[in-house]
Amino acid sequence: MQLTGAEIFLESLKREGVDTLFALPGGVVLKIFDVLHQQKDIRVILTRHEQGAGHMAEGYAKATGKPGVCLITSGPGMTNVITALADAYMDSVPMVCFSGQVPTGMIGNDAFQEADNTGLSRPCTKYNFLVKDVNDLAQTIKEAFYLASTGRPGPVLVDIPKDISMDKGEFHYPKSVSIRGYNPTYDGSKWKIKQAADAIMKSKRPILYIGGGVQHSGASAEVMELAEMTQIPVDMTLMALGAFPGNHPLSLGMLGMHGTYVANMAMHYSDLVIAVGARFDDRVTGKVAEFCPTAKIIHIDIDPTSIRKNIHVDIPIVGDCKRVLIELNNILRATVNGNQREQRKPWWDQLTAWQQEHPLAYTQEPEAQIKPQYLINRLYELTADRDPIVSTDVGQHQMWAAQYFKLKNPLTWLTSGGLGTMGFGFPAAMGAQAAFPGRLVLCIAGDGSIQMNTQELATAVIEKLPVKVFVINNRFHGMVRQWQDLFYEGRYSCSQLGNVPDFVKLAEAYGAAGIRIDKIGDVDAGIQEALAIDRPVFIDVPVYQYENCYPMIPAGGSNHEMLLEDPPDLKKPQSTHQQASQAGSDTVLTA
Amino acid sequence: MEHIISLTLENKFGSLSRVAGLFSGRGFNIESLSVAPTLDPSVSMMTIVTSGDDRIIEQIMKQLNKVIDVIKVVDISENEFVERETALIKVHTRPEDRAEALRIADIFRASVLDSSPTSYTIEVTGDVRKVQAIIQLLQPLGIKELVRTGRIAIAREPTRHAQAQPRPLAKAN
Ligand SMILES: Cc1cc2nc3c(=O)[nH]c(=O)nc-3n(C[C@H](O)[C@H](O)[C@H](O)COP(=O)(O)OP(=O)(O)OC[C@H]3O[C@@H](n4cnc5c(N)ncnc54)[C@H](O)[C@@H]3O)c2cc1C
Ligand SMILES: Cc1ncc(C[n+]2csc(CCOP(=O)(O)OP(=O)(O)O)c2C)c(N)n1
Ligand SMILES: [Mg+2]
Repeated sequence: MQLTGAEIFLESLKREGVDTLFALPGGVVLKIFDVLHQQKDIRVILTRHEQGAGHMAEGYAKATGKPGVCLITSGPGMTNVITALADAYMDSVPMVCFSGQVPTGMIGNDAFQEADNTGLSRPCTKYNFLVKDVNDLAQTIKEAFYLASTGRPGPVLVDIPKDISMDKGEFHYPKSVSIRGYNPTYDGSKWKIKQAADAIMKSKRPILYIGGGVQHSGASAEVMELAEMTQIPVDMTLMALGAFPGNHPLSLGMLGMHGTYVANMAMHYSDLVIAVGARFDDRVTGKVAEFCPTAKIIHIDIDPTSIRKNIHVDIPIVGDCKRVLIELNNILRATVNGNQREQRKPWWDQLTAWQQEHPLAYTQEPEAQIKPQYLINRLYELTADRDPIVSTDVGQHQMWAAQYFKLKNPLTWLTSGGLGTMGFGFPAAMGAQAAFPGRLVLCIAGDGSIQMNTQELATAVIEKLPVKVFVINNRFHGMVRQWQDLFYEGRYSCSQLGNVPDFVKLAEAYGAAGIRIDKIGDVDAGIQEALAIDRPVFIDVPVYQYENCYPMIPAGGSNHEMLLEDPPDLKKPQSTHQQASQAGSDTVLTA
Repeated sequence: MEHIISLTLENKFGSLSRVAGLFSGRGFNIESLSVAPTLDPSVSMMTIVTSGDDRIIEQIMKQLNKVIDVIKVVDISENEFVERETALIKVHTRPEDRAEALRIADIFRASVLDSSPTSYTIEVTGDVRKVQAIIQLLQPLGIKELVRTGRIAIAREPTRHAQAQPRPLAKAN
């Protein structure tokens, strides 16, 4: 069958089961957009910025586990999507990005809107392709989806020159692919798994440290079985939240820089760390030399480069965590005997003591300004029965969301961990909402971060993506201010945002709903009101400005040395009464 | 420590930059790099001379394996190997030095590729020490230009008694 490149593109996407495409057109991709206009199988969502398209594809992917797909034009379209590609690369998000390119004959001539798309994206994609012959297009697309979604997932770019989209070629979609340089290892070494089982049986103070790999691999049930069978406590990285229920009695919550006291103490004093699909990021290890000083380390990861990159590992197991855990659980099921809880009593006594010593805490005075933690906690409690998908931006609000929003299911947590991309939350929520129109999708945003992608309000309204965006409005780059408080003697260089814009009016200007919750007594009603609206909503929540996020391990510090509250010498205004959050009345500090 | 890594990779547009970019992006050393197609024109062989402690070399090997265009990675220097490099050296020769230049070339079994009244172009092939040594001896005469191929290496076939063979790292991503 002879088809144009643009038609081959469409047919190939259909074969891959793509149902949604996040896109923004331009000269060199017009042929493809023309073909898309004449079909109904794939929903094309026009975004207002290519970064938005990229993050929507990520949100779609993180919520479904399937590759998210976006289509953008050459030159500035490409440079705009780079942030999303880099974000997806750091967080191992399966994604296929199609970019337009100038006609093959003009490549390299500094043609209008030319950019070296493969060169630009090489360091932030798992792989990229430049299609030079229309007859290679179908095969290339097949390979792109295969690479994006297998092994350690990641973003793949396919660069399509304009002439390729117009040329005609034979359409034949390959059934399978094999790439000789690419053979991910899925099954772990049986011998190593046996060693791991032995180590677990011998351990007195074991801890499971689970990461984003558990989400990708769909290994939640296996982690649960392992933890319950052996009564081993579970620490989660930021990327693992939801992969194990946050409210489960075996969960110690998030570990790392802003993790719980007990989660970090458990790592530090453990004798066996079982890392599952986690990559020993510096936000988790703190000072490497003092990381888990007394523990043996088992590391299960599909990517050999993650193993022994930062930390010495005693039992490395390369493989898919689901398959490895199935194997491991089989061995343990036959070995575990007696009451594991009883046998691990001293360890659990210690853990419970830590938990009680320093639980997550904040104070909310009844008449005072809303504390961000209070808002997030209420939002969690009021939506818990609806199994929401929750996205976040980057900053303090992200950490509080991680601490207080106890997700129960995998693929419900959309956050930017590795790159820490402000502006991720809103478009990511929209991508997830596009995948699941009927579900409740919440975005917990910062007033700083949200301003990096508010243009997507237009997309949300027109495409009817009724996400609920809670803007935790502290009129600050709060996370930056926190560091300035702690390490720069409170000199707030470029961290004050002022009281603009009016987020309610901003939302309304786009035809979305806007709500403001600024009294503690209105929090529940305000949340309920927002949830009842079937359009996109911005909920502006002016909060106490100077709240800091604890626990905190200062960068480069050791995991058992956490700051648990503001140091006594920290001077900052007290939580003031409600009026202080009204426009213009914030104390603007100059130092 | 110095390691010589031999890569088999797809002879494709962009493969070289994927490997080179990996080294620059992750701050790994490259002392020399040479690449050319093999008998199978779809495949190239690349020899990279790099250095680092065991942990870094382990990461380099794993990261190279992860590159999708890389088909096989061997740390040649883990076992017996032979290596060669070719250098083309243009030496400035004053009349009184010409005989000395030829003598040096002769000692190293180097050949003279080109000569002019004021220079010789000498080709030398050998292991890194030999190439370094001739350069050192010619330097006092005045080297006008120096071009080196970078080192290439190949594993020795095991002799009857030898046990060890360079084992390719299992390719896994
Ligand atoms: C402001 C801010 C603060 C932060 N604070 C913290 C903090 O306090 N605590 C914290 O944990 N993080 C924190 N982070 C996030 C941190 O930067 C890292 O992104 C995060 O720790 C990495 O999580 P991970 O180890 O689960 O790895 P991921 O990035 O999720 O990587 C997944 C790992 O699993 C592997 N994998 C993928 N698929 C599979 C499979 N099928 N089978 C087996 N393995 C697989 C991959 O190879 C990789 O090694 C913070 C980020 C920001 C922006
Ligand atoms: C694109 C981008 N630029 C800069 C940063 C550095 N940064 C990290 S957190 C932060 C402040 C975020 O402010 P806000 O969104 O209001 O969240 P808050 O910490 O106040 O909750 C900044 C500037 C970043 N992570 N991403
Ligand atoms: Mg803020």
